[in-house]
Amino acid sequence: MASSKSKTLTTRATNSEYSLRPMIFYVTLWFSLIFGLMFLATLLFDIITTGSGRLDLRIFTEFPSSSPERAGARPAILGSIWVIGTTALITVPLGVASAIHLEEFANKKSRINRFIEINVQNLAAVPSVVYGLLALAFLSALGVGDKNIVIAGAFALSLLILPVVIISTREALRAVPVEIRMGSLALGATPLQTTLRSTLPAAVPGIATGSILALSRALGEAAPLLLLGALVFVSFDPNGFLSGYTTMPIQIFNWTGRPQEEFHVLAAATSVVLMGLLLMMNGLAIFIRNKFQKRY
Amino acid sequence: MTATSSGSGVSLSHSGSALAPKSKRRLEAVVRGGFAVAAGVSVVTTIGIVIALLTPSLEFFREVSVIEFVFGDRWAPRFADASFGVLPLVSATMWTTAIALTFAIPLGLGAAIFLAEYASPRLRKILKPVLELLAGIPTVVYGLFALFFIQSVVIKDIFGWETGTFSVLAAGFVMGVMIIPTIASISEDAMSAVPMSMRQGSAALGANRMQTSLRVVFPAAISGIVAAIILGVSRAVGETMIVAIAAGQQARVVTGLLEQGQTMTGFIASAALGDSRVGSIEYNTLFAVGLLLFVLTLTINFIAISFVRRIRKEY
Repeated sequence: MASSKSKTLTTRATNSEYSLRPMIFYVTLWFSLIFGLMFLATLLFDIITTGSGRLDLRIFTEFPSSSPERAGARPAILGSIWVIGTTALITVPLGVASAIHLEEFANKKSRINRFIEINVQNLAAVPSVVYGLLALAFLSALGVGDKNIVIAGAFALSLLILPVVIISTREALRAVPVEIRMGSLALGATPLQTTLRSTLPAAVPGIATGSILALSRALGEAAPLLLLGALVFVSFDPNGFLSGYTTMPIQIFNWTGRPQEEFHVLAAATSVVLMGLLLMMNGLAIFIRNKFQKRY
Repeated sequence: MTATSSGSGVSLSHSGSALAPKSKRRLEAVVRGGFAVAAGVSVVTTIGIVIALLTPSLEFFREVSVIEFVFGDRWAPRFADASFGVLPLVSATMWTTAIALTFAIPLGLGAAIFLAEYASPRLRKILKPVLELLAGIPTVVYGLFALFFIQSVVIKDIFGWETGTFSVLAAGFVMGVMIIPTIASISEDAMSAVPMSMRQGSAALGANRMQTSLRVVFPAAISGIVAAIILGVSRAVGETMIVAIAAGQQARVVTGLLEQGQTMTGFIASAALGDSRVGSIEYNTLFAVGLLLFVLTLTINFIAISFVRRIRKEY
């Protein structure tokens, strides 16, 4: 392109890149982005400064207590780890298998598969409390008296994030170019071999990123567990799938509702710990995405 | 490949190694069947939700008329003089959702256009994950922030507005920021998926970037953008912890930004704290409100899906 000529053309035209309206538009866009980031910074600053008074080892070592000086979030931290670990064991295999079926094998035109597809999209938009109600009704129907057990919480959270795992896995599979599948098939591989040895490995970074993000959503979730009675005083370490538990978000909710200021400080301190954990998970997901994901 | 080297395929064979390819096909069918069953779990979940919500709700509506539930404006399920008009809860949900969208739609779409059309690939690679951090913050933490900072510091101290401990404004605003990344991220994906040739065509016709963004890329990506907004709406309607902490606990019809109000989700969360016996009216009330919430979000979502399907463009 002859640069001098194009320059005169753009400056003469009313729709120049540097006339007033595009500039205002540009600034507005910047503001939209900055607003969210400034909110994030303010939130982090506020929570960290509020929580800093109690951000010490006691959070990790002490059990909840009616006296704020002696209270900690040890069982809540361990409870979160138990529940999320169990959730991962249930939801990742199930979600990846579903996604492989829908993306690779299902006849896209068959009614059943189109129904499943719409269904997954709908489930992703179902509010999290509804999953709590589902788990509550299901466990009541089974006659489970004490619903505040790790496996029940993980069940509710697994159903909650399953659609997210399915959708992100499907996207990851879809991003693998069809030429890779064709190449594999042309070399004589069966459809299943093609999927498991060519398509799936190429999609692993995307799947890992999506799954980690889904699990971090489950880690921060409180509403479904609230319905299963997780808002309890736990003075022991959870030690199995059938163990009673509370989680960090539930503990934060509990302390937020107390009238004493000291408990609000504890809630903020526990929030810092929770967000630290989430940040690590998010960081890992982003690292995997940026490091391993190929752009075809 | 020889039959003996086909490993696990042989073990499933009925008629020996000579038919290995067939056995392999059988194994394939079994594994693929397993995938299909896994996909069926989502359908079972939906059926489970419908049954779980309907059964107690039907019991509820045996005691309370649908008319009283839908049109009644007094919500007092736990009082001796019990009343089951759901309007107060619906009004609070509508206020918080509307406030959230007022902030989230312009800010989310602005951020999306910036990321998709203006940011260099390097800048986008940094900014997008940072913005997505907003979606990663737990909702209890948002609730905590809405109650102790937005409501008591910003609204009360800085603006000096008259309000109580809680307000739908504080909860709605924070909820709006929470859904910015939902709207921004999905819209940005949709706009980035618009082929470069369309932008080049637009530029070749003399359009500047603003015109290209608004008149070419935005319409081309509209299906994804609408989906993003609708997903934002249903997240706002269904969000529980922020409103349970910061919007208030008294169910009264909300008439202003600075009033407190209990949303549908807020009621479910607070009622879960009380010990409701299975089968009692308190227990059934939870599910009736849950059913309403579910039907509402499902309807919103169906509108989105059908809308998206009708105007979807494939490149």
